[in-house]
Amino acid sequence: MLESIEMRKAYGDTMIELAAKNPKIVSLQADLTGANGMKEFHAKYPDRSFNVGIAEANMVGVAAGMAACGMLPFVHSFGTFSTRRCYDQITISVCYAGLNVKIIGSDPGVGAELNGGTHMALEDAGIMRNLPGMVIFEPVDSTQLKSALPQIVDHPGPVYIRLFRKNAEKIFGDGYVFHWGKADLLHEGSDVAILASGVCVKEALDAADLLKSEGISARVLNVSMMKPIDKEAVISAAKECGALVTAENHSIINGLGSAVAEVLAENAPAPLERVGVRDHFGQVGRARDLMETFGIVAKDIAAAARKAVARKA
Amino acid sequence: MDERNLAELKTLSKEARKLFIEMMANLGVGHIGGSLSIIDALVYLYYREMRVRPQEPRWEDRDRLVISKGHAGPALYALLAMKGFFDKKELMTLNKLGTHLPSHCDMKLTTGIDMTAGSLGQGLSAAVGMAIALRMQKKDSRVYCIVGDGEAQEGQIWEALMYAGSQQLDNLVVIIDDNGMQIDNYTDALNAVRPFDKRLAAFGFEVINVDGHDFNQLDNAFYKAKTIKKRPTAVIMSTVKGKGFSFCEGKLSNHNMKVSADDLASALKELA
Ligand SMILES: Cc1ncc(C[n+]2csc(CCOP(=O)(O)OP(=O)(O)O)c2C)c(N)n1
Ligand SMILES: [Mg+2]
Repeated sequence: MLESIEMRKAYGDTMIELAAKNPKIVSLQADLTGANGMKEFHAKYPDRSFNVGIAEANMVGVAAGMAACGMLPFVHSFGTFSTRRCYDQITISVCYAGLNVKIIGSDPGVGAELNGGTHMALEDAGIMRNLPGMVIFEPVDSTQLKSALPQIVDHPGPVYIRLFRKNAEKIFGDGYVFHWGKADLLHEGSDVAILASGVCVKEALDAADLLKSEGISARVLNVSMMKPIDKEAVISAAKECGALVTAENHSIINGLGSAVAEVLAENAPAPLERVGVRDHFGQVGRARDLMETFGIVAKDIAAAARKAVARKA
Repeated sequence: MDERNLAELKTLSKEARKLFIEMMANLGVGHIGGSLSIIDALVYLYYREMRVRPQEPRWEDRDRLVISKGHAGPALYALLAMKGFFDKKELMTLNKLGTHLPSHCDMKLTTGIDMTAGSLGQGLSAAVGMAIALRMQKKDSRVYCIVGDGEAQEGQIWEALMYAGSQQLDNLVVIIDDNGMQIDNYTDALNAVRPFDKRLAAFGFEVINVDGHDFNQLDNAFYKAKTIKKRPTAVIMSTVKGKGFSFCEGKLSNHNMKVSADDLASALKELA
């Protein structure tokens, strides 16, 4: 079931609440305030809101300077432009300089829809993952986002938030509490473990249903933090299920699939199949059509699970 | 320009707007404003200025056009279809899965497009590179590049302008679409990128200010540009975002907006 609130609205509303408590929070924008739900924030806190125009590299540099003087800047753009468009500025002025800037990338992957290939962030989390100290968070629904944001504010270093704009599938109930760096067990299972993120989590749950009818018991985990990755959850999935699948709205290169593969190779080798965008660029289309075209929906995850199970020694 | 030529361009600009708005209405949503602010300039470029061969789109001696504000792709598609680069029927595939006509200009997908764009600020550098390469090859081809006013907030635009001036590229015409608006606000309200004329003159450009919807002024500007030696020309077009249709003209909300059947009907009536 889709949530009644858009992810960007949940983000903007929560930022307004957090800013009321923390006077250091400032928002920086590069002419896409609507996309990330911060219009109300900017109207409510005009003195703490800066729209630098279409100048992402400058935005990150300005944010770094603000952070160096004790402010807590949140910089925003589409996921493409808040990462790769200003990658060196994030690398040097933020990460290498040890400054605390939070980076928001909206409309990840298929979320870019009709904006097409130039706007389709399929490598954003991957390039952020390379940066020492960077945390990568992709909230699966608004409940998780709201629970995580105060912790992101308190975290003393940079965080990249992959923010899906529209209404997400509801995954968590009201009592949910986000645990930093921990994957969430959504469905218990013993034959194969599916580790998914973002819009692929609902697909993973549907895949588990498909597999159940075939007698395959699938564990489903929501991995909202690609970095630091929950090593324990990956290792116990390998040991207890013996086969794994990752599913993500991102390139399989340097994405969640890579992060999981690295943990497995060093700690608990087991068959792994990666579902994600297979080393090609994005294109225009509606999100659902693109997910089917890219092969990242439930039936693709189920097929990968069968393959992984078949590969067990 | 004589009356007959002027009347012809006006008729062509109506046809371009008609194709454009039908294409957008067919999908129901899209980047409206920034296409309509440059569509008259595109009509002028394709019907009076640029040397291109629709039957031989990769002709080596053609003039080049880079739409650096790549989200104005649909205006260009209307013109390419009118010129016969592809069938007008293709316009109805805009932004549908598998299309050759995506929101942003794509040289790998669309016949007749010289440069891919969409990430703002990058196209002008490529246009500078084209102008240098064509000069090295001793071709008399000219390069035209359309830059948005909001887009000009990107630092890379000024790196490219500086280099174009430094390289004395008299085969390059930079066309600034100064419609005064971007997505979140008026351009002046976010990051004052104006005045373009003084800034570009300081970067070594011959600067010509025009009304970007006035074919006589465009005609004079592009004619004069060809007479300028040893420096690039900037045609700074004062334009109206969403020009031509009352449902969108001059509205801050027109960057990416819905187009209803009613909007289409009123738009077509205004063209009649
Ligand atoms: C690097 C980059 N940042 C942000 C965007 C999103 N974006 C697309 S169009 C636009 C506004 C463009 O304004 P302007 O250049 O004035 O164009 P126009 O008014 O003609 O539409 C923005 C911010 C982008 N495409 N590329
Ligand atoms: Mg503009």
